[in-house]
Amino acid sequence: MIEIVAETPRTRTLLLDVPGWPGHRAGQHVDVRLTAEDGYQAERSYSIASPPEEPRLSLTVERLTDGEVSPYLSEVLHAGDTLELRGPIGGYFVWDIPAGGPLLLVGGGSGIVPLMAILRHRNAVLGTAKERHRLPARLLYSSRRWDEVIYRDELARLAEEDPSLEVRHTLTREQPEGWTGFRRRIDREMLEEVAWPASEQPRVFVCGPTPLVETVSTTLVDLGHQPALVKTERFGPTGGAI
Amino acid sequence: MKGAKSKSRESVIAGERLDARHMDGNAAAGILSEVFVPDLTAARAKCVGCGVTREIGTLMVYAHGMGMVVRCPGCDRVMMRLARTPTHIWLDSTGATSIVISRDAS
Repeated sequence: MIEIVAETPRTRTLLLDVPGWPGHRAGQHVDVRLTAEDGYQAERSYSIASPPEEPRLSLTVERLTDGEVSPYLSEVLHAGDTLELRGPIGGYFVWDIPAGGPLLLVGGGSGIVPLMAILRHRNAVLGTAKERHRLPARLLYSSRRWDEVIYRDELARLAEEDPSLEVRHTLTREQPEGWTGFRRRIDREMLEEVAWPASEQPRVFVCGPTPLVETVSTTLVDLGHQPALVKTERFGPTGGAI
Repeated sequence: MKGAKSKSRESVIAGERLDARHMDGNAAAGILSEVFVPDLTAARAKCVGCGVTREIGTLMVYAHGMGMVVRCPGCDRVMMRLARTPTHIWLDSTGATSIVISRDAS
């Protein structure tokens, strides 16, 4: 592992140099195995945050309050440590440019990680305004508080530099003073406002806690989107690393 | 990189809270990669209960101590059971009448 970057008070990004890494697709994940000194092993899956264009692999890890592995990965691990990885894994929840758009990404909490890989991939490949306008993207991102929004500054910068990318946040528990954005859990009304109409046939990726993913995917299908175009990745009850 | 095996305690396979709400087929991809060469999450499986064919990534996955149970999201029938012991991987896919894998899948 090369470097550790703090993202929010509860998340860190691990930057890894993986010898022989075969390359990956945006949306895939890796399985990380930790072996303690007494031989005890724990394994967890983490979505890859970096796009295929980046030479270093990046994983963003959220510290779960009573997690078994995440405190170790998000606090104890240091630059220079070694991790055991298996991957890349996954062929369903992936997006590459040929899959086309428009692109609708809906995420909650650490569900943003694979969606960020998708956005970074789109940004790396589509170099001109013309190409970007042909494949526009929208992100609807649910977090509890402003200081828990992962990749907050990078998302703002990407949206500012790219008029064909729209980033909308909803903060469900606490909002900063003067907040004019959404302030509730994602619901049908919010999706009606933010999502492309079903007739546009957007490629949709929904990732985060299971309840959020189920609500969003069911609602989108109710709004007319084809189930085959709505891809989902459920992170379990807490929405932390699967 | 497979190799080192747990000694006195079982490997925890997926999910910080194994007895809580479900995940989906993406969570089974890792253990399935120990059995199948191509990625299986994009493969399609037909439920023996209701006959509906779905991508494995969309199936409901319930993790437990030794492995996972994969259920049909439509009729809740168990389509696959996966378990890992120190010496074996155990797969019961009798709940899926067919699994169709694209030859392009890497």
